[in-house]
Amino acid sequence: MSVIDSIALPRSVRLPRADGLIQWIVPLAIIAIWQVASVTGFVPTRVLPAPSDVMLAGWKLLLSGELVRNIWVSFWRASIGFLIGGSIGFAFGLANGLSQLSAKLTDTTLQMVRNVPHLALIPLVILWFGIDESAKLFLVVLGVFFPIYLNTLHGIRTVDPQLIEMGRIYGMTDGELFRRVIFPGALPSIFVGIRFALGIMWLTLIVAETIAASSGLGYMAMQAREFMLIDVVVLSILIYALLGKLADSASRVLERLTLSWHPAFQKR
Amino acid sequence: MQTALRSSLPETDLASRANFAPHARMVREERPATAAGLPLSIRGLRKSFGDNEVLRGIDLHIPAGQFVAIVGKSGCGKSTLLRLIAGLEKIDAGSISFGQDIQPEDIRVMFQEPRLLPWARVLANVEVGLGRDRASEDAHARAEKALSEVGLAEKRDQWPSVLSGGQKQRVALGRALVSRPRVLAFDEPLGALDALTRISMQRLLERVWRDQGFTAILVTHDVSEAVALADRVLVIEEGRIAHDVTVNAARPRQRGSAELAGLEGSILNHLLSADDRT
Repeated sequence: MSVIDSIALPRSVRLPRADGLIQWIVPLAIIAIWQVASVTGFVPTRVLPAPSDVMLAGWKLLLSGELVRNIWVSFWRASIGFLIGGSIGFAFGLANGLSQLSAKLTDTTLQMVRNVPHLALIPLVILWFGIDESAKLFLVVLGVFFPIYLNTLHGIRTVDPQLIEMGRIYGMTDGELFRRVIFPGALPSIFVGIRFALGIMWLTLIVAETIAASSGLGYMAMQAREFMLIDVVVLSILIYALLGKLADSASRVLERLTLSWHPAFQKR
Repeated sequence: MQTALRSSLPETDLASRANFAPHARMVREERPATAAGLPLSIRGLRKSFGDNEVLRGIDLHIPAGQFVAIVGKSGCGKSTLLRLIAGLEKIDAGSISFGQDIQPEDIRVMFQEPRLLPWARVLANVEVGLGRDRASEDAHARAEKALSEVGLAEKRDQWPSVLSGGQKQRVALGRALVSRPRVLAFDEPLGALDALTRISMQRLLERVWRDQGFTAILVTHDVSEAVALADRVLVIEEGRIAHDVTVNAARPRQRGSAELAGLEGSILNHLLSADDRT
């Protein structure tokens, strides 16, 4: 989820089926080395349980239904929070990108709020919402809002004014101009925002669930810590990694589908 | 040249068509105004940007179907004149009239940059030029026809990013032509192209103009391009028309002929002597 990540993207997008396996070599090798290190006693299992133990713990939790329930709760929170925060961010980005008045009215305020780390609001949010669902959603919404807002705004502001003039000359209505020129022009930037937002989404959710929750992956990890179940703690962390990767892949697929015109996405 | 004349002449008889040039111009002016080109009357046209008066009273009549080139130094106001004719800027004083009510589709502009939508395929980019007819049933067919007129029919499903500079500019020309405009304004359309592409584009421009008979207004800094293409070359200096030169050379024109070279030289002299005075 860094700038480098999004710049390097076109290159990696060109890796479809056959090359798709290459990216898994390193993670699998790490797991293999880890397993060997645990079995030989090089890494004490009190510090880091073997991958096989982690998988066993995962299997037990899967059978009890606890794992699926917690993943589902976290996934639901992440998605709803992302949808709400993303929509609001997108709406403000559009409004402020298209209307000078709206930008003058709200941009300063938004920039001020943006500079408060949203996780710093956790004490306040707990006071407001307790450890209710709304507390987590509120934090995710807030975290996701800004990358999408900023990148939508930037995308719209940087649409080539010559293309907009062309659209007007050829008699496009405001709606057509938006649909055919402004929105497609802003889309690459909006996707950068989406990928940043996905990273922030998981980060926020992990922190919020670890601090104040009674269900979800973060809660599962904290519970496990109480009972010294280190394998479950590690399992939760690995699941976060997988879910993060899943969200990122989904956004890449979407990007490839909608930006096929972009020179960076064309096969040569 | 206009369709009436075209149909009366065999397609291959280019030489005799060229000999018809003086007569052709007469015919063009007599044609009913509902056909291709529109005449243009400009009276007392003025335009300022802030304190800078760019156009200081332009009076000009362009007969229907004429090919007019406008040359001048950078900042002389030639592009501003073109943008005013195309309705891209507001007129400060004076008037521009086309002799009748016009539709937005009747006037098209082609710029130095192709200004294609990178996210639309070539054919869809041409369809943009249909204006309000974009949604009509024959939109595809009309766009395809325009695309083959500029010789790019086989590129219809490509993205603009894979085209060369000259091809992009041809798509832009197709987009300008698709609505069958009656006035076509060119703002240095070939300025960014290499020499060879530029010559083949000049031939293309001349051909579509002869086929469709629109009134063409070409702003260019290239005097040889102006005399090669235009019936008439206007030299603009400090916001006024300083010279109005008629180019009588027969079409299709031989590039580099003594006649054109002589004209080019004398127009260049006008431009350079203006430079010496300031």
